[in-house]
Amino acid sequence: MRIETIFEMTSPYRDKFRISGYKFGSGEKTLAIVGAMRGDEVQQQYICSQIVKRLTVLEQCGDITEGKCILVIPSCNPFSMNVSRRFWAMDNTDINRMFPGYDQGETTQRIAAAIFNTLIEYKYGIQLASFYVPGNFVPHVRMLRTGYEDIDTACLFGMKFVTTCEPRPFDTTLLNYNWQLWNTKAFSVYAGQTDQIDIENSETTIDAILRMMSRTKIIHHKSIAIDYRSIIADEGELQHIKAGHAGILYRVQRVGSRVVPGDTIAHIIHPYNGQILEEVKATTEGIIFFAHHRPVVLQNALLFMIYSI
Amino acid sequence: MIKTIVSTELPVDEQFRIKKNVLQNGKGGLRFCVVTGTHGDELEGQMVCYELAKLVGEELNMLNGTLEIYPALNPLGIDTIQRGIPNFDLDMNRIFPGDPHGTMAEQTANAIIEDIKGADMVIDIHSSNLYLRETPQVRINVQNEDSLVPYAKLLGMDFVWVHDAATVLEATLAHTLNTNGTPCLVVEMGVGQRINHKMCRRLVGGILNLMQSMGMWSDRKMPDITPPLICKGNQVSFLNAETSGVFLTELKCGVEVDKGETIGLIVDPLKGKVLSTVTSPQRGYLFTIRAYPIVYEGSLMARIYNYEEI
Repeated sequence: MRIETIFEMTSPYRDKFRISGYKFGSGEKTLAIVGAMRGDEVQQQYICSQIVKRLTVLEQCGDITEGKCILVIPSCNPFSMNVSRRFWAMDNTDINRMFPGYDQGETTQRIAAAIFNTLIEYKYGIQLASFYVPGNFVPHVRMLRTGYEDIDTACLFGMKFVTTCEPRPFDTTLLNYNWQLWNTKAFSVYAGQTDQIDIENSETTIDAILRMMSRTKIIHHKSIAIDYRSIIADEGELQHIKAGHAGILYRVQRVGSRVVPGDTIAHIIHPYNGQILEEVKATTEGIIFFAHHRPVVLQNALLFMIYSI
Repeated sequence: MIKTIVSTELPVDEQFRIKKNVLQNGKGGLRFCVVTGTHGDELEGQMVCYELAKLVGEELNMLNGTLEIYPALNPLGIDTIQRGIPNFDLDMNRIFPGDPHGTMAEQTANAIIEDIKGADMVIDIHSSNLYLRETPQVRINVQNEDSLVPYAKLLGMDFVWVHDAATVLEATLAHTLNTNGTPCLVVEMGVGQRINHKMCRRLVGGILNLMQSMGMWSDRKMPDITPPLICKGNQVSFLNAETSGVFLTELKCGVEVDKGETIGLIVDPLKGKVLSTVTSPQRGYLFTIRAYPIVYEGSLMARIYNYEEI
């Protein structure tokens, strides 16, 4: 294992800003894994740290395939995590919406450019991502439909779901979108949580990433974790359930639960008198794929996404 | 007449509302919209809306048609002194036309578009951000250059920047409206979190001048409108910080600069040293300058319109 500095920049009042990469094996640029891009992606950073730990042992045992090089970047944004900010602290810009970056541009464009220049030419790319809507997911692999998405390889992770979605204009500056256009088979892996470490979902995600690496013959590794035949879902076909009222949200069902029409999945409670304003019910038979996780909700807020069976 | 175009419950004893003021007079059928407050840290539009609502309200007989004033498309952002919508990751001006089935922010964006579309002219007022100071200017996507520049010339701004099309900008309010046949001009001026009275009054005069040219306003005492500089995107130099530090400058935007002229210094306050000098790469018109002094490598320091002769 070698540690390389991918980007370094002076700061007016803080230590140098550094992005470090951990390299395993040698030869063909085979797989790059990117962890926290935002300062609250603690789950993503934790998972990367555990992958670095596992790959260190695998390398010592000679279980990284000869001629294959793996790069892991646990954090692209340590400055924001150190001050508990989601985005770049100086101007609140999102590095993950600056790709492919511009090395003569603004600060976060330069950071994105340095990351992207390091990541291009890798055959496979995995980003441990978080979503712009607050909530929990069933751990899954997600890809923007660019025409280059590789569903067959996505299924090799053995996660419960593989989803695809149509990119919108604001998605065209994401790493996943640009990585695909530059010929990397790119996958966004959602590990259920963002700003909390969820050990169960972390283990599921780490196992899935190692399984994919094993099945693509990057490492020699035998997984004993649960291996799903992935459900392939178009995000546009997920059933959206919204809040009819604002109030305190009390979730009755968890992400991953199987529901039938009419099942109560949450209550919305009046914040003053405690009366139930709304019993939120499943509208279809299926699996809860996404659930809003803030304790209070606005009227018409997206509460659940259900995969219909 | 005050109308509510979006109304949604907030969790605890509060209703979220986006309102507009509809002023109507005469038999003219044209509708003119002034919108602002998409970014909660941009406040110049608040004074423009106030002045317009007051002036037109007091002189309603001069109006021929409908003027609709939307001071706050992102009221929670303005109230919390933040650019975006609280608890929402995306810039509101990157999610249009919104989605009636999406998040609350996307539903709101959709409702705004549905309310504004079909207007005969829309002015979308912005005031940069906390970091940059802007000369009063109109920004137009190159795709709409032919149809919008003639209107932009009537607004009394110093500068019209016809900029390149970028995919990510397809999700702005202005692009969405223009694509759907509702002409929309984007005005940028001043700096975030502040109000420049002189600039605001100039824009009020420009808006009334444009309305007069459309037959929607009749006033014999209109201000003289000076033609703006018109600039194409490829004639603009972007100056970025070479070093992190503290930016010191004596310049304001809206001035001519020479090739090699010092725009400002980036200094180290601990060691008392100049870290780098920001200089103009050519003669031109400085229309953007850094306002917030703390900078990182790459921070935008200035934008200069390159020309040979004014």
